[in-house]
Amino acid sequence: MSRDRTPLVLAAACGCLLAATPVAPQWLVFLLTLALTKGLVVLGLLLLMRAGLVSFGQGLYFGLGAYAAALLGARGGVLDGLVMIVAAIVAAAAIAAAIGLLLARYREIFFAMLSLAFSMILYGLLVKSSTLGSTDGFNLHARSFAGFALADGVGGRVFYVAAVIAVLAAGLAVHRYLGSHYGRLATAIRDNELRVEYLGASVFRVVYANYVAAGALGGLGGALAALAVGHVDPETTYWTTSGEFVFIAVLGGTGNVAAPFLAAGVFEAVRTLANQYAPNVWQMTLGIVMLLLILFLPAGLWSLVTRRRAGV
Amino acid sequence: MTDLAAVLFDGVVYSSWLFLMAAGLTLIYGVMKILNIAHGSLYALGAYAGASMVGAWLAGGHPAVASYALLAVAALAVGLVMGPLLERGLLRLVYGKDEVVLLLVTYAVFLILEDAIKLVWGVESLMVSEPYALPGNFLIGELAYPVYNLILIGAAVALGLAVAWGLYRTRSGKLLLAVIHDREVSAAMGINVDRTYLYTFTIGATLAAAGGALTAPTIAVSPGIGVEVIVLSFAVVVIGGLGSLGGAALGALMVGIVRSIMVRYWPEAELFTIYLVMALVLIARPKGLFAAPEARKI
Repeated sequence: MSRDRTPLVLAAACGCLLAATPVAPQWLVFLLTLALTKGLVVLGLLLLMRAGLVSFGQGLYFGLGAYAAALLGARGGVLDGLVMIVAAIVAAAAIAAAIGLLLARYREIFFAMLSLAFSMILYGLLVKSSTLGSTDGFNLHARSFAGFALADGVGGRVFYVAAVIAVLAAGLAVHRYLGSHYGRLATAIRDNELRVEYLGASVFRVVYANYVAAGALGGLGGALAALAVGHVDPETTYWTTSGEFVFIAVLGGTGNVAAPFLAAGVFEAVRTLANQYAPNVWQMTLGIVMLLLILFLPAGLWSLVTRRRAGV
Repeated sequence: MTDLAAVLFDGVVYSSWLFLMAAGLTLIYGVMKILNIAHGSLYALGAYAGASMVGAWLAGGHPAVASYALLAVAALAVGLVMGPLLERGLLRLVYGKDEVVLLLVTYAVFLILEDAIKLVWGVESLMVSEPYALPGNFLIGELAYPVYNLILIGAAVALGLAVAWGLYRTRSGKLLLAVIHDREVSAAMGINVDRTYLYTFTIGATLAAAGGALTAPTIAVSPGIGVEVIVLSFAVVVIGGLGSLGGAALGALMVGIVRSIMVRYWPEAELFTIYLVMALVLIARPKGLFAAPEARKI
């Protein structure tokens, strides 16, 4: 067995991203922040997909995280970014712990549809709650981060650094988890759940743990994205947002914890370019790219990396 | 009393519309195991085709009565062109992949068609209310209702019965049921499964387009009308049990009536109640109300 190089590569990549912080132009920082936050949500989706489950409702946790952070600022008077993020993770994990009890019993398309239903329930609530700005949502503004006051104009870069650190921490943790006894069970569950039960492991417990972790990652991504954008709206919980996460997950493949971030980066880049140069057909461009990938690269972008390595 | 009758009637009208969408969706899923997100775009295409055909017809000064026939022609045209195009041109290439991958393929088609619609018809909304206004109104108590709503209900019932008859009473329908039950054995017995897929998808696409064409006179046809429809019909189909036509009818009635009760008495809760019903049904019956039991595979 070859040495596990993932932690090293992940750390090196995050190091490069951090080193670029002072020199990267504003638009690139913003784009990368969004890509990384989406990658975090998709990392959660990867945990579920390892067990053969696809949630079509991760927008629920993305939106929950975003709204938890924003509400804490608007209603709770807490203006520290880090506190908002921690609160968002806790809120998302708590909801996931409750819903997971139910969802962990479902499989295949029913798991996808029931998670979709839950995200649409939140969407329905948010759209109609005029105190939270209905479909317009509302703004949030963090004044400090971890106790340090944020001067005007540096907020974007601070959240970017926070996102990179969060990605590194989450990536390493998930990688470790996937290599552990528990983490490896997920793949076995995908292949044959009944046999796993016969061998004496609890399928429910693994699926449940992965679901809660995915929820927490969704909340983290949502809070970071909300801070970076400075605004939250119900669109974060709509099915198209969840569909985007599934798309990125399939784009990257489930081979490695770095795959979601690579895919999210490519996704945001394609979207930004299409938006810039073909604003009328950016959805079409995305759709065509998606079809080509499914037809010609069924194991995701990450398979390009592993294929090259195998060839050497 | 009038109040209740009106709420119920509203609910049934909405259910008919939902059923047209859900019937095609559930049929396609039952046979092909594809949850077709592009169904929303086919609905939108039907609406656009219907609206622009009727619009052109009326602009030419022709009698408005014929516009109903034009709506039907529009639905058929969209279904017969888009159905085979998508099935032969694309879906055929991806059969056998994971259900979720198939879901994503139709999601990609949905994204492509959303922009294609904007390219063809622009972003301005189309309004053709003549077919809606033409038959006049009738009264429930003191409330006036457009007669067009009755046409909508009639069309949904007629199409539903036609599909049910085709499925359960004809030879090709029975072959289709065999394919639903077991694709491989059916193929081994000499059933042309490829052709069954083609027909099923085309019929489903036509039903979606019919839903769109019939709705076109009642709304402003504008970009994005397919987005909301699709999750709603997902809810209906999942409540009824994927692949069950009767389930789709019952699901449509449940969602339609719950919605109209909510709209009347507690409008803020409208959207979220629909999905709450879906979640509750799935909690009570994990595979929907009318899903066929499946053998456990070891």
